[in-house]
Amino acid sequence: MRGMSAQPAAVPANAAHCYHCGLPVPDGARFALVLGGESRALCCAGCEAVARAIVGAGLESYYRKRDRFPDSPREALPEVVRDLAVFDRPEVQGGFVSVSGEHEREAALILEGITCPACVWLNETHLSRLPGVSAVHINYATRRARVRWDARATSLSKILRAVRAIGYRAYPYDAQALEESRRRESRSMLLRLAVAGLGMMQVMMYAVPGYLAAEGEIGADIAALMRWASFALTLPVVLYSALPFFSGALRDLRAGRPGMDVPVALGVAGAFLASAAATFTGKGEVYFESVAMFVFFLLGGRYLEMRARHKAADYLEFLSRALPATANRLVNFPLCLNTESVSAAALSVGDYVLVHPGETFPVDGLLEQGDTEADESLLTGESTAVEKSEGAAVIGGSVNRGNPAVVRVERVGEHTALSSLVRLMERAAHERPRLQEITDRVAGRFVTFVLAAAAAAALVWLAIDPARALPIAVAVLVVTCPCALSLATPMVLAVAAATLARNGLIVTRGHAIETLARATHFVFDKTGTLTAGRPGVVRVQTFGATTRKEALGLAAALERGSEHPLGRAIVEAAGWSSTPATRLRSLAGQGMQGEVEGRRLRIGRKAFALEAAPQAIAPAAEGPASATEIWLAGESGPIAVFALADAVRADARAAVGELRERGKEVVLLSGDREDAVRTVAAETGIAEFRAGLTPEQKQAFVKTLQSRGAVVAMVGDGVNDAPVLAQAQVSVAMASGTALAQAAADMVLISHRLESLVRGVRLCVRALRVVRQNLYWAFAYNVIALPLACAGYVTPWLAAVGMSASSLAVVLNALRVRGKGASGEWRTGTTVTGDG
Amino acid sequence: MDILYLLIPLSIVLAFLIGAVFWWSVKSGQYDDLEGPAHRILHDDDSRNRIDD
Repeated sequence: MRGMSAQPAAVPANAAHCYHCGLPVPDGARFALVLGGESRALCCAGCEAVARAIVGAGLESYYRKRDRFPDSPREALPEVVRDLAVFDRPEVQGGFVSVSGEHEREAALILEGITCPACVWLNETHLSRLPGVSAVHINYATRRARVRWDARATSLSKILRAVRAIGYRAYPYDAQALEESRRRESRSMLLRLAVAGLGMMQVMMYAVPGYLAAEGEIGADIAALMRWASFALTLPVVLYSALPFFSGALRDLRAGRPGMDVPVALGVAGAFLASAAATFTGKGEVYFESVAMFVFFLLGGRYLEMRARHKAADYLEFLSRALPATANRLVNFPLCLNTESVSAAALSVGDYVLVHPGETFPVDGLLEQGDTEADESLLTGESTAVEKSEGAAVIGGSVNRGNPAVVRVERVGEHTALSSLVRLMERAAHERPRLQEITDRVAGRFVTFVLAAAAAAALVWLAIDPARALPIAVAVLVVTCPCALSLATPMVLAVAAATLARNGLIVTRGHAIETLARATHFVFDKTGTLTAGRPGVVRVQTFGATTRKEALGLAAALERGSEHPLGRAIVEAAGWSSTPATRLRSLAGQGMQGEVEGRRLRIGRKAFALEAAPQAIAPAAEGPASATEIWLAGESGPIAVFALADAVRADARAAVGELRERGKEVVLLSGDREDAVRTVAAETGIAEFRAGLTPEQKQAFVKTLQSRGAVVAMVGDGVNDAPVLAQAQVSVAMASGTALAQAAADMVLISHRLESLVRGVRLCVRALRVVRQNLYWAFAYNVIALPLACAGYVTPWLAAVGMSASSLAVVLNALRVRGKGASGEWRTGTTVTGDG
Repeated sequence: MDILYLLIPLSIVLAFLIGAVFWWSVKSGQYDDLEGPAHRILHDDDSRNRIDD
């Protein structure tokens, strides 16, 4: 988003790419638009409709202003501009429309598809020109819009429709209490920080002459005036800016668990009260500048921490609002296709809903009618659309990218996969990881110790030099810094969990990050983990002059439309083939028969396929015994043999390689036959493997490893190997969609990419390293600072500088976990950032 | 140095004034979106309808 180009036409738009969305223009597409005297090619009817709407509204300068292509509206557009009328009903509007004035309404909307600042301009200008719309404001940072309109002149549905017409999607947004409270927190924090900063600077101005001037150079009355001025400016800093520390300390004391707020509050209050007393009586030292500075720097650290926390929480919120609010229910499904718009909450299991292309599936369900493609990037991090044929399961929150689809509702609301995902992540966020429990306990003891040390120092100095007792006690309270314990550790864990999630690895248990970083052994399951869990073409052997590509093309022509997993695997391997097959006949359990380009062909089991050419002698097929053979034969004899097996994932070898490079032991455990396991182990580079194990034997194996001191990370499919997953110290399940809720694992790899796992390991190691660095730093700092302060070598202002610098260093170090590139926001869920 | 009797109280007044101005700017939402307005100025035209929140 940043770094907007100064060039107006920064986006290249050549003839082969759609002028509007930048996608390649398919051959034969004849969508175009004349703009600036030139004909611009467009890729689809959707883009054409959008571009015409933009140009028609006189907003064509959008194309010069933008520095990024918008999301493609695809073909979806004409379909979805319906059924928005439901948002005009008062009972639906309750949550997000506020009434101001007799006819004036204001709504909060989420805008999807905003990719660059020009989009903001386009939407604002377009909407503000609608009759009846009196005001529009779009927040680029949060993608929220606020629209105000006159209910007599227009309606909300017209506004939403206008947004869709130019290729964006606007949804009413129930301004949740969470969002509101967060905004309040952020604003008040900023204000507190500013007041403290302002007070600090100004009070310092009064203090510095006192440091520099020689004895008697400043008149007594000027000195008194400056004290009073310092007092006046420090008062708001203590009473307003430092309020969170006082309330935090009070809460800690009530709970009987002293946290870091207690010494901070005591230090601030002690120093301020002593200085105030000195100001009123005119006797003694004042430390106003130390107080203001201390509060300012501490708040600075808290502010950074709050920002990181909000960013981490954004992802959860983004997920939880992904389900649409309304759905098109088919009233009388098998008989007719009449729909009614209902609230998604009103759907129940067994209902049928119609989902138009471009819309989000509102529920988990089964595809009843209409082959389509679904974009499940929200749940898997994988942006390629997944093909869905009738009977396939679709996940609520994924986007229909293909054709209109009729879905039978299977799970709604709380029970959907998306809701389970959100719940799992929330559970992890609420669980106090062991690491944090330890640091909290240490922090509590440390604070008690500091309080005792300050009291002891004050008593000792009362005997030596009563005038110095108070400043030294304050310095002891202020100089110590348990911030690495109580501030930075939770922040590191929250930031790491959010970065992992964006990367496709969901943390569902609080301890998982730490344990994954410490894991010494990685135990993989085979099927569905190292392999894809479904058959793929591993080898093609052709006979005669036929090439591999031709053979696959012929086979795919026969198998197109096949529901059999083996048939689908062949179609997948062939890619897109245009040869049509005629006279197709399917023989259950045998294979397919048909004619392609005038040739009679058979595909299937060896005996069945070779019946096509009874006189031909079958050559021997070569290949791994574990693979399934599919024969393709014509009248002149066999054409090819396809070996199908559960293929190893493309990134498995690299992932295993990197884990081994990091010094981790990698083990493969499988219930499969030895030769199949051996093949997979060899392909992925795993040296140690065990085949033919029952789940109990797997569990015993992990137990043996653990008895030798190993920290075991188990990666499995999450459903079949629950006992092993439970035995391992940290478990990672390859689960998504419907299996998500059952996955009893500490982490869930929803991206289904082993690469994400390795990245995750990298990130966890880094997070743990940062936590340790902070602890070492805090230890070293306190060991040096505390005795110096007790001995009276540290003045209160020096203590404030030291403590503040220490906590800032700790917080900034914690922010490093996020890594570069990972701090970017996400637009539609397809952006997967984070360098691990 | 008598001017200090004026300047010091003046500096206090000024500090409170600045604080008040900052308070107003935070309340009026000027820090809620730090990126958008920087781009908005480049697309200048008569977008007169705004909601200040």
